[in-house]
Amino acid sequence: MYKLRRLDEFRWEIPPSYKPGMRTSGLIYASEDMMEQMKEEQVLEQVANVAFLPGIVGYSLAMPDIHWGYGFPIGGVAGTRVEDGVISPGGVGFDINCGVRLLKTNLTSSEVAPRMEELMTKLFQRIPSGLGSQGKIRVGEKEMKEVLAEGASWAVERGLGEKEDLELCEEEGCIKDAGTSKVSDKAKKRGIPQLGTLGSGNHFLEVEAVEEIYDKETARAFGIEEVGQILVLIHTGSRGLGHQICTDYVKLMGEAVREFHIELPDRQLACAPLSSAYGKDYLSAMKCAANYAWANRQCITHFTRECFREVFGQTNLDLIYDIAHNIAKLETHTVDGKKISLCIHRKGATRAFPPHHPDLPSRYKDVGQPVLIPGDMGRYSYVAVGTERALSETFGSTCHGAGRLKSRGEAKRELKGGEVASELASRGIVIKTGSISSLAEEASLAYKDVAQVMEVVDRAGISRKVTRSRPLGVVKG
Amino acid sequence: MDIQCKLHYIMDGKRYVFFDHTADVGIIAYGKDFREALENVACAMFSIMVNLKEVNEAICRIIEVEGREEELVVNWLNELLYLFDAESLAFCRFEVKEMSKDKMKALAFGEKLDPKKHKCKMGVKAATYHRLTVAKEGEVYKVQVILDV
Repeated sequence: MYKLRRLDEFRWEIPPSYKPGMRTSGLIYASEDMMEQMKEEQVLEQVANVAFLPGIVGYSLAMPDIHWGYGFPIGGVAGTRVEDGVISPGGVGFDINCGVRLLKTNLTSSEVAPRMEELMTKLFQRIPSGLGSQGKIRVGEKEMKEVLAEGASWAVERGLGEKEDLELCEEEGCIKDAGTSKVSDKAKKRGIPQLGTLGSGNHFLEVEAVEEIYDKETARAFGIEEVGQILVLIHTGSRGLGHQICTDYVKLMGEAVREFHIELPDRQLACAPLSSAYGKDYLSAMKCAANYAWANRQCITHFTRECFREVFGQTNLDLIYDIAHNIAKLETHTVDGKKISLCIHRKGATRAFPPHHPDLPSRYKDVGQPVLIPGDMGRYSYVAVGTERALSETFGSTCHGAGRLKSRGEAKRELKGGEVASELASRGIVIKTGSISSLAEEASLAYKDVAQVMEVVDRAGISRKVTRSRPLGVVKG
Repeated sequence: MDIQCKLHYIMDGKRYVFFDHTADVGIIAYGKDFREALENVACAMFSIMVNLKEVNEAICRIIEVEGREEELVVNWLNELLYLFDAESLAFCRFEVKEMSKDKMKALAFGEKLDPKKHKCKMGVKAATYHRLTVAKEGEVYKVQVILDV
């Protein structure tokens, strides 16, 4: 049926003969059960389609949380040569630098539990969420340019955070050389009203308690000391600004595909050589969106700190890490013993660099990069750490979450939003949302069990579990 | 998704139907011609975001979009999403006024979004080219598009 080759317990290869036009093989990380599920969807096809990209190096990779996307699968990783390869906006997605940020507190679950309702109400009121919500941070066109160029530091310089926050973000919260002139006025106008907002869909802010520590030493290095410690997880991205940049450039890349005679099996994979004006302009605009997303998560961090301090008095909310999971980055990797410059597309995948990698913040040099993996709002989230094996096998990448199992429609047919809310309440999870009806779409049953996803990446060696947390309260966009 | 089984909807006067796509939402919109299918696909998209019945026709915007066939569908929907985000405009009715081979002019009726009055549902990030089709089946025009939500 499928020309799929099992390499070991968790590795499956799709050979180039699977589909004429593939330039390389596909490699999927999955358990046997997950693979059965994947065969029902068209994800194998999408992994194969990514292998058509000119200049692709190594495998077209898929993480165990992979699910059917448009063009690229969600959970896909692909490296293309900077010298003669392409960049594809579809390999990043519409929500550029959608990512997660994890904060640690000096509070425990027993201290927080009696005041959860008050805390969550405050967070819900302070942080605009849901469709059509507008930010409280007013910026004009000039400031918007600064946000795009400076990222998280723009917010920190305006008192919305601390200097230490910056060193604990991937890229220190700002990719240099972001060309604001490559971002359309339309994209800027979409972004202006939305700075400091969570958005809708699967975006959220979660207050959680550590429930298991797998690796004490690494956890301590990340500032996670004990079971019961309260953490805050923020998941959002570049909002309408990123959506518009992707929209603008998918359109332009259509022209590039014709100009450079690139043959693709799906128009949503539209791409252009990295060396062309199309490719350079997209990369520049994408960096602006990435910077906006870091500024956005920084603003939300500030509001979160305010709320915690109003409820609990002087409280520490220190950043553990902030990481992108929809992004393309120029990185140097060793392939077949040679160092080469690659453009690593991570769409629904997280960077997972090992100890001593030069891109790590100094305090994590000896332990490796924190990898933040949200689950669904009813179960748990994980913190993991990057490994050498990830660097050599997946360009230093791992999974980004649970991965969708059921479509939104299916989830809604099986559950009502109200039922989800009362079920979560019965388990002591406080949910705040502007759209109860959308809750069903984000219910646990709509997602794979993130524990199984973590099991695969941990045992395959492309990241290592450090802690698991359970949600106490969620603001759902 | 069984397209045949969905097609009977048009007999009952349905202007559009939705189909499942793992993380996204699919729309099939119908029309007696391409223009009507374009009007209906826009209604379908806004019905995901807001309750159309709550949106009054207080303002009218002229929207001009370029592109052919599939490209026109994507550009049209993405232009409307831009107006929703940048100007907080929710639309409930559309009239395609002029159409040539590679562009069109349409009117969009709606009003400024008011969180007190309008119950907002799910956000739409963009219309995609993935599995996008424009086809004529018998007397019916059919537009299929997948939205990233």
